[in-house]
Amino acid sequence: MGSSNQKTKSKSLWIHAFDQIKRDKLAITALAIVCLYFLIAFLSWAGIIAADWNKEIGPSYAEPFGDYLLGLDLFGRSVFIKMIKGTEVAMSVGLLTGLISMVIGVTLGGIAGYFGGKVDEVIVWFYTVFSSIPNIMLLMAIAFVLGKGLMSVYLALGLTGWVGLCRLIRGEVIRHKDREYVQAASAIGGGDFRKLFKHILPNVLHLVIINFSLQFQSAIKSEVILSYLGLGVQGTPSWGTMIDDAKLELARGVWWQLAAATFAMFFVVLAFNILGDALRDALDPKLKGK
Amino acid sequence: MSLWTYIIRRLLYVIPVVLGVCLVVFVLFNVVLGDPTQILLGKHATAAQMAEMRAELGLDQSWFIQYIDVVKSAFTFDFGRSWSTKQEIISMIKEGAIPSLTLSLPAFFIATVFSIVISLFVSFYRGGLLDKTIVLVCVGLMSVSSLVYILYGQWFFAYKLGLFEISGYEEGFPYFIPYVALPVIIWVIISLGPDVRFYRTVMLDEIYMDYVRTARAKGLSEKVILFKHVLKNAMIPIITYVIIQLPFLILGALLFESFFSIPGLGGMTLTAINSLDFPVIRAMTVLSAIAYIVFSVITDVLYTVVDPRVRLS
Repeated sequence: MGSSNQKTKSKSLWIHAFDQIKRDKLAITALAIVCLYFLIAFLSWAGIIAADWNKEIGPSYAEPFGDYLLGLDLFGRSVFIKMIKGTEVAMSVGLLTGLISMVIGVTLGGIAGYFGGKVDEVIVWFYTVFSSIPNIMLLMAIAFVLGKGLMSVYLALGLTGWVGLCRLIRGEVIRHKDREYVQAASAIGGGDFRKLFKHILPNVLHLVIINFSLQFQSAIKSEVILSYLGLGVQGTPSWGTMIDDAKLELARGVWWQLAAATFAMFFVVLAFNILGDALRDALDPKLKGK
Repeated sequence: MSLWTYIIRRLLYVIPVVLGVCLVVFVLFNVVLGDPTQILLGKHATAAQMAEMRAELGLDQSWFIQYIDVVKSAFTFDFGRSWSTKQEIISMIKEGAIPSLTLSLPAFFIATVFSIVISLFVSFYRGGLLDKTIVLVCVGLMSVSSLVYILYGQWFFAYKLGLFEISGYEEGFPYFIPYVALPVIIWVIISLGPDVRFYRTVMLDEIYMDYVRTARAKGLSEKVILFKHVLKNAMIPIITYVIIQLPFLILGALLFESFFSIPGLGGMTLTAINSLDFPVIRAMTVLSAIAYIVFSVITDVLYTVVDPRVRLS
């Protein structure tokens, strides 16, 4: 009874949100851009496009808009293909980082909020400790300790990104755990974890989704900083390494590598920001009527 | 709960948090990272040399003693010596703090004032075209990597146009200004996006409160409501946001300092990363965490003094 009741209720929230986003042209455009980037990243990952990014196709630093679409880099490689390959890196960083911090944040936040007491105290202590260390220091320390490479970028960003979500989920679960639908679930014999993950979690899922889209874009931006610090991706082009290369190129008048990476990043980060805002407006009941 | 019990409890909570920070730092640097002697001495080090170095760095001690050392350093600020410069780390930090602050304090102050003014202005015209445009511009500003602003700004304004010093630093009051002017401007531009968005949300949260409706009902003008009532009530989230950012200013601005060769703490940390100088990285991590903890305690205590509602929850 309780569960079917809740199902219709949560369904209406999602349908309502979907309707609202459908009417918002800006949000739909943002969604389309994100999908396009995912498609490019997937094709590049599958080796269908940009597999030959490492090939020398012309003279060093050939200018753009002539024979070569976005010009060539120091080694005569196409900046356009490097940008495509960088999309794969950026999207994988956003996706995996978002997933890692989502799993940690939701699990810890849910457990802390639901069980309360000593468990809650330990988890609150744990995230207070994590949030006390400035993010950039923690990020550098983790990336530094794990060594260079894509894997440590995922882990460093994932392990630093969960605190905000954890705090949010904990607060929401505390508000939900004594509600009637949860009591109904325990009346029909639902266990703690069933109540937490099957019943309460769907009701706070919108926060997870909003957070995920913001986490995604902030991870893409952090990858650039890590690459500049020499702690980022090695061996494959990323927008971060392209921007990093530009610090020596600009003085020689070579601007196209910087421009390509900046624009590629600009559109996807902008799209995620707009999408995050639209999702929050559509899904957060507290904002309704404003 | 009385005011004093709350404050004392809040102060006591600092201890487990500091111990926890030390634990994270210890696990990262002493346990996961393992034995750095191989990296430091190179491939051809003999076992005897490595053992000697381990003894010198205190790495032959048990993990418990090593952890206690980290905790001790958090309270005494005695971080030992840098591996690469052999200087006392604490004196390096004292030297670096001033150049960092000459950059970060003015930048932070200007950015905060600007953002609050713009957000007040935007909340006055909320919902209109101007509001929507400014919010979109903010999101646009946030969508470009901060590295790009620095790279391009330095190249265009300092190198191409020659309006500012490209890099370097001079000590003493008026002399540092030409060197920090450009980084400050770029810093303000980077901060505007997130700050205006944050302050705008804070103002709008207040604008839909009942007391604003009452003020309108008794015929106050929108300007008086905004500047006198809304701004005053929005001060609490604003102050929190400001104070919580202060400890990060001590760390300076990693990227700015390295690009503009300002000899501050951020630049020092970057050099340490590039030269595998663990004690310096560890010291900066511990120190910045302590600064954050101290400032968040100050915020919480100020809160309870200013706003009695906070104590209840």
